[in-house]
Amino acid sequence: MRAKLTPSNNIRKVEAWPANLLLVFALLGGSLTLTGCGDGESNVERGNREQILHWGNGTEPQELDPHIVTGVPEHHIIVALLEGLVLKDPATLEPIPGVAKRWTISDNQLIYTFYLRQEARWSNGDPVTAQDFVWSWWRALQPALGNQYAYMYYVIKNAEAYAKGELEDFEQVGVKALDTNTLQVTLANPTPYFLQLLDHYSMFPVHRPTIEKFGAPSERGTRWTRAGNFVGNGPFVLQRWDLNKQVVVEKSPTYWDRDTVKLKAIHFYPTENVSTEERMYRAGQLHVTGAIPVDKIAVYKEHNPEDLRISTYLGTYFYRFNTEVPHLADPRVRRALAMTVDRQAIVERITKGGQVPAYTFTPPDTLGYTAEDGFAFDPPAARALLAEAGYPNGEGFPTTEVLYNTSEGHRKLAVGIQQMWKTHLNIDVVLNNQDWKVYLDNVDNGHYQIARAGWIGDYVDPNTFLDMWVSDGGNNRTGWSNPEYDSLVLRQSPSASDRQSRYGFFAQAEALLLEEMPVLPIYFYTRNNLVQPSVKGMPANLLDYSLYKNIYLEAPPPSAAD
Amino acid sequence: MGRFILHRLLQAVPVLLVVITATFFLVRAAPGGPFSAEKAVPPAVLKALEARYQLDQPVFQQYLSYLGDLGQGDLGPSFRFPGRSVNEMIQAGLPATAELGLYALIISMLLGSTAGVIAALKPNTAQDYIPMSAAMIGICMPSFLLGPVLMLIFGIWLEMLPVSGWGQTPGDKILPAITLGSTYAAYIARITRGGMLEILSQDYIRTARAKGLSTPRIVIVHALRSGITPVISFLGPAIAGLIAGSFVVESIFQIPGLGRFYIQAAFNRDYTMVLGTTIFFSVLIVIFNLLADLLLVWLNPRLRGGKS
Repeated sequence: MRAKLTPSNNIRKVEAWPANLLLVFALLGGSLTLTGCGDGESNVERGNREQILHWGNGTEPQELDPHIVTGVPEHHIIVALLEGLVLKDPATLEPIPGVAKRWTISDNQLIYTFYLRQEARWSNGDPVTAQDFVWSWWRALQPALGNQYAYMYYVIKNAEAYAKGELEDFEQVGVKALDTNTLQVTLANPTPYFLQLLDHYSMFPVHRPTIEKFGAPSERGTRWTRAGNFVGNGPFVLQRWDLNKQVVVEKSPTYWDRDTVKLKAIHFYPTENVSTEERMYRAGQLHVTGAIPVDKIAVYKEHNPEDLRISTYLGTYFYRFNTEVPHLADPRVRRALAMTVDRQAIVERITKGGQVPAYTFTPPDTLGYTAEDGFAFDPPAARALLAEAGYPNGEGFPTTEVLYNTSEGHRKLAVGIQQMWKTHLNIDVVLNNQDWKVYLDNVDNGHYQIARAGWIGDYVDPNTFLDMWVSDGGNNRTGWSNPEYDSLVLRQSPSASDRQSRYGFFAQAEALLLEEMPVLPIYFYTRNNLVQPSVKGMPANLLDYSLYKNIYLEAPPPSAAD
Repeated sequence: MGRFILHRLLQAVPVLLVVITATFFLVRAAPGGPFSAEKAVPPAVLKALEARYQLDQPVFQQYLSYLGDLGQGDLGPSFRFPGRSVNEMIQAGLPATAELGLYALIISMLLGSTAGVIAALKPNTAQDYIPMSAAMIGICMPSFLLGPVLMLIFGIWLEMLPVSGWGQTPGDKILPAITLGSTYAAYIARITRGGMLEILSQDYIRTARAKGLSTPRIVIVHALRSGITPVISFLGPAIAGLIAGSFVVESIFQIPGLGRFYIQAAFNRDYTMVLGTTIFFSVLIVIFNLLADLLLVWLNPRLRGGKS
């Protein structure tokens, strides 16, 4: 055999082999150790000194094109890079000037005229003009772009018809540049929340020459949003976008209000693992987290209350009833189920994050609108209703399935409700959890009996909570329909003469909704996250809205630092 | 040797084709599409999106055009990230995953083979039981537990190392590499022990001892080469596993690697991304198994002898 012919050769090889490996190990071990020697200063400490904000941003942004994206993490980055006609005061959420320095509204509430500030600039130095807005809005309505937020424009005259291809001529859509700095918008109906919409990223302007340089206006996913290509008009410019690692934005030298901007840069990190995010926060890697693990809330409440931020959020956690399932078609059954959910116990013992029990669908004080409670926790009355519906003491009530998307929080809540219904109504409920996309598919196709859901308002107005329940509304998904409700929401409230009468129609609609109960409201969301005490100028509000130009970092005095 | 490699590569073609076909149809059979969302997508928008990604065509035609693009090395656009192609995403994620895998492999080899040899030298004594019990714990300890424990000790209590990131803060690669490497270290320790035990009882080792060679020389020069053979055959699947299986560690430590993309893609029904990464991992597994086999032949002259 060959091995025997050259023994010495072989032995030398064998001797060399472990020795080489050891050398490689030693080198690599050394390099690992070397990289371990840092200067001991955390992101937060250095950030406080240099005005660099480190932001836990949930997930990797899908895109940074405001006319394509749909998510909250994208929102956080895009509002740093682009700016709409108006902004919101983060304390009150009332509109304040953005690119438009002022605006007028016609007496019939239909024509809005915006006067753009002449000093507004794109990050390449071009002026921001009224024509930029007309072109951007035209782009946002192109069907081929697949803009899922195109419906935000539907309050503008003919925008819906244009977006759906029923109208070819964009000239007929109610948006016009009167001159370089004057933009006129004509609405289809009086829309009191129109100014609120303008601060949504789907209505932000984009830089035409940049987009055209990288592809057709309605082409999805061209390279115009990459770092180095992106031209924006916001307080920050895109510096880096490392996939699944970080997005870095730096203060823009051309922004009209640059003197107000104190932060030098913001680093956004994708942090989809909430537990890791919390550990990053504790290790001083983040100033702000996107969320906090539920079981950590109590710990922070006790030990670090100044880091924990619990603020009401414009959203409702609820269960949908499939009203086409025979035993759930009876409103008395649905009401009985709603009246035996002990919401106080749920927020105190299960969710524990300061959530507010919901007895209406629209959160209280939504831009001054508070609906009357439509029901109460009342087991005896619920039992009577159920008996009236033909199920005395729960007898003969079919086993009912509650569907939720896989999550520990949803499961705990569903188990709680399952027990409440067993105790108070003597009915049997089975729980079914499904992967998010499977769950969505089944709810959308009506393959469920009772399904967990959540709704976050798109803007601060009761309309965003009530217009989803109109007959055949895309987000209704309960099979419920009521012509009187449709008329109140779709016709009477938009043509109301003032806010009070408009809210009157909404209150009637909501009372009707809660009377027939196609949905079972459970609690109003809170947003719980961690914010370093050094972060200033970031007041809590209903929309989790922050104006980066107001934020600054102020390190605590050395004595207070731990 | 050339024929052997060619033969193995040709064998891989039908395997990969089966993987591609099965994944292609399975991912489309899963309920829920890439564009379903909690807020209803208007029908016109959905139509535009489906047309953009050719989802409006018959499935078989989609399959053929996918194979056509694949033949040219194009894995298609990601559905979830409109501005990214799957090729670009794999390119972006691979360096971190490969680097993590390499460090983990080194740690596992170093720890595992050392522990295995030590245990084999004095079987059924404390010197055997202690490292082997540690290895058993290592095998049983899932990385989603070990990772957070290490983070807590070294990141938060001792404040020595960062708890997340990859190449962003000094030292942030250490904890993930140890977490990923420890499971494999445990396997390698057990395999090494087995291999060494068998070799150390062979006649030629006894001869070496009789000649008065020192124990380190016997172990390193004479025994390790054969004793480590089972470890080498384990390395092929282990390397592929380190790369394909790092998703838990990547997710815990927020590492921008391939594994994290893979999981997200599956949850998001990002068809092309799931397919692209699956194909990529399959190719890796085939290649590393082949390399492990070649390494075995190189280490074991008897296998080479069979050819001549």
